[in-house]
Amino acid sequence: MSSDAVTVTPESTADLADAMRAVEADDARVSIRGAGTKQGWGALSRETSVVIETTRLARVIEHATGDLVLTVEAGARLTDVQNAVAAHGQRLALDPPERDATIGGVVASAASGPWRLRYGTPRDQLIGITVVLADGTIAKSGGKVVKNVAGYDLGKLFTGSFGTLGAIASVTVKLQPIPPAMRIVSVAADEPGAVWAAVARSTAEPTAVEWDGRTVHVLVEGAHAAVEAIASTLAGSLGTTTITDTLPATFGARPWSPGEIGIKLTHRLSALDTAVAALRRELPGARLSAHVGSGVVWAGWPVADVASARAAVEALRTVGSTVVVDAPFEVKQAVDVWGPVAAVSLMRRIKDQFDPDHRLNPGRFVDGI
Amino acid sequence: MTLAALASDFTRVLGDDSVITERAALRTYECDGLTAYRCIPGLVVLPRTTAQVSYVVRRCHEESVPFVARGSGTGLSGGALPMETGVLIVMSRMTNVRAVDIEDERAVVEPGVVNLELSRRAAPHGYFYAPDPSSQQVCSIGGNVAENSGGAHCLKYGFTAHHVTGLEVVLPDGTVEKLGGYAPDPVGYDLIGAFVGSEGTLGIATEVTVRLMRAPESVRTLLAAFRTMDDAGAAVSAIIGAGILPAAIEMMDALSIEAAEAAVACGYPAGAGAVLIVELDGPAAQVEADGSAVEDHCSAAGAFELRLAVDDAERAQVWRGRKSAFAAVGRISADYIVQDGVVPRTALAEVLGDIAALASSTGIRVANVFHAGDGNLHPLVLFDESKGETERAEEVSTRILELCLEHGGSITGEHGVGHDKKKQMSRMFTADDLDVMQLVRCAFDPASLCNPGKVFPTPRLCGERPGRRTGAHPLQEAGVADVF
Repeated sequence: MSSDAVTVTPESTADLADAMRAVEADDARVSIRGAGTKQGWGALSRETSVVIETTRLARVIEHATGDLVLTVEAGARLTDVQNAVAAHGQRLALDPPERDATIGGVVASAASGPWRLRYGTPRDQLIGITVVLADGTIAKSGGKVVKNVAGYDLGKLFTGSFGTLGAIASVTVKLQPIPPAMRIVSVAADEPGAVWAAVARSTAEPTAVEWDGRTVHVLVEGAHAAVEAIASTLAGSLGTTTITDTLPATFGARPWSPGEIGIKLTHRLSALDTAVAALRRELPGARLSAHVGSGVVWAGWPVADVASARAAVEALRTVGSTVVVDAPFEVKQAVDVWGPVAAVSLMRRIKDQFDPDHRLNPGRFVDGI
Repeated sequence: MTLAALASDFTRVLGDDSVITERAALRTYECDGLTAYRCIPGLVVLPRTTAQVSYVVRRCHEESVPFVARGSGTGLSGGALPMETGVLIVMSRMTNVRAVDIEDERAVVEPGVVNLELSRRAAPHGYFYAPDPSSQQVCSIGGNVAENSGGAHCLKYGFTAHHVTGLEVVLPDGTVEKLGGYAPDPVGYDLIGAFVGSEGTLGIATEVTVRLMRAPESVRTLLAAFRTMDDAGAAVSAIIGAGILPAAIEMMDALSIEAAEAAVACGYPAGAGAVLIVELDGPAAQVEADGSAVEDHCSAAGAFELRLAVDDAERAQVWRGRKSAFAAVGRISADYIVQDGVVPRTALAEVLGDIAALASSTGIRVANVFHAGDGNLHPLVLFDESKGETERAEEVSTRILELCLEHGGSITGEHGVGHDKKKQMSRMFTADDLDVMQLVRCAFDPASLCNPGKVFPTPRLCGERPGRRTGAHPLQEAGVADVF
């Protein structure tokens, strides 16, 4: 965005549509954002003159407690949503570590955390969505029932679209009961592959298996009467006796700090150690973490120089899909942050249909979309 | 180019035995599982490879001939209803299981592979494929992808969309694209998410990569008999309210129990006004804890008999009545309509009451079998065509969908919109909603040749902007389409 960009903060879906129509009337380009916790993610945006910020579009529209379904406006903070539904013993099964993030931002960036092993990612929680297109058209898909196959699923298309197809006005998500008890089985591991193989063979059905570069933490949740037995059996098969009932402070944290390069490498499940080895080889000194069993390894790398960053990313792409999630400006300028994309011409056609003038978050997404 | 010319072209490229032009043979494909709609296809092809599918689609595209893909033909919404002027592409010869990689928790199959085959292949390794539509012994994975099929156990495990990690698709112009694969989170728009459940309107899947799951340590199946549907409903609310997430909760009413008894002698408790089947699976300790809680909730809600299936044989016996229910109503009624609607779970009791009132005011009996855990109703509307009840039965069936919508539900939970329910789409969605959905269609299939006339009540010309339609629809003016 340009330094003198105008910021608009709609308070309703109708406001949001008005803002979009004004943008179109002015032939302007617009950045859409929530709380801004992931403004460093994605490719560099081309210049925009308007910022639409959803943080005042933040009402809970309906919490159907008996149905475990929540409809909430996009600007509501995930933390606030969790607190509200926790009062009813429920949770939204999304735990990306950016705790100030808005629900719309989490969906638009497909941000996920440790719980993805059991519950999946934002696409899997979403059962309905209302969006506003660049010309102000308001449209919804899905609904507020957990089972529904009527019509195309725009929610999945908008999940992870980084605001390039339209602005998310509100979402309807399914909720989960908060399990009464938890145990964390921890085992030291320089390479997490063997631990995963043992967890995968077990029938513990863990909620999450996280590796922080040194230790694998397995989160087991369930009934009070059950978790201890499940955790002990699992600990036995992992050769550890470390069982606690509190999550480590770093559980699910992204392994990079501001100013560093944050990398996400995805892999087939059997290739976890291969992915870890490649990251250690190509990014010397990097901090690593993994959503074990989900096929995602993260790396945080203090930047040496742009050229070596580019070379490292190129080398990693021969191992698995590698996204430069967050990085300093100079690195983002020099590196293709998204990497090769399948069916990119089809994605361009989708973009052209939804945002024919390419006004929304221009340049932020794959292939310059 | 005429269909006859296309037929000889396809015969030359795919071989004699892959093209059907004989009217009697074509008739085999005139409908899917919803037999109320029939149309003899202009031409049927049965490709064996992705290259052949791509060739057929590309030629159709070049000649502006519409085409429809079909799997096993078990769909219940007329989604695979063929066109007289078009080509029906039958995928049932693509039946190779290309890979079962347990360590990756993935299998790669061709679209004609039957759903149950996946779990059969995975079972020796202690794994299974979760989506289990009740037609799983015959329905194909390609059809499951098109319909985003669920099943009794989707309460815990989700639908096909949650279990597909990769697709090879032939787009409506014949282009082949590989989407996703073994690794998660493919970069870019979630095209797999857009494709799964698009009812064959965005292209044809020629290879599907699915997630395999570790089989649960323990499975516990409880049959609970209640005097009334209200009591059974209260038990469901109590179970869910207690934070228990069973793999499945199924409910049947007295009429469907009667039918199931007549058909398969499932031996459900006598005098039951409703039965619940509650299946729990997971780690043994968890299942044990939840199991006793479920029994308590059922008893507290008035269950007069609880039966715990202790082994696979008993489990099969419990499920037998439920799984046979659709076909079984044939024992108690000359004709019937299987409806598929969804309501918020908490509205179940009210909607069932409304359905009962509707049945008594119209004299049309309705048997209820449903996935109680997720509010997915399958009312079976019973009638006798020979007594002239068809129209009244259809009215009742439509009215049930309206009841679902009035309670904030959906017109279809798993059978799809297809040909059957496209009129009702306008009840559930605004014109803008439908136009915006069709932007996706326009990106995939601008020429509107891929399973046209399904899902949407009003086709749109690609290039129009949503919400800016004035006067009569251009396709309508051109006499190509009707507006419902």
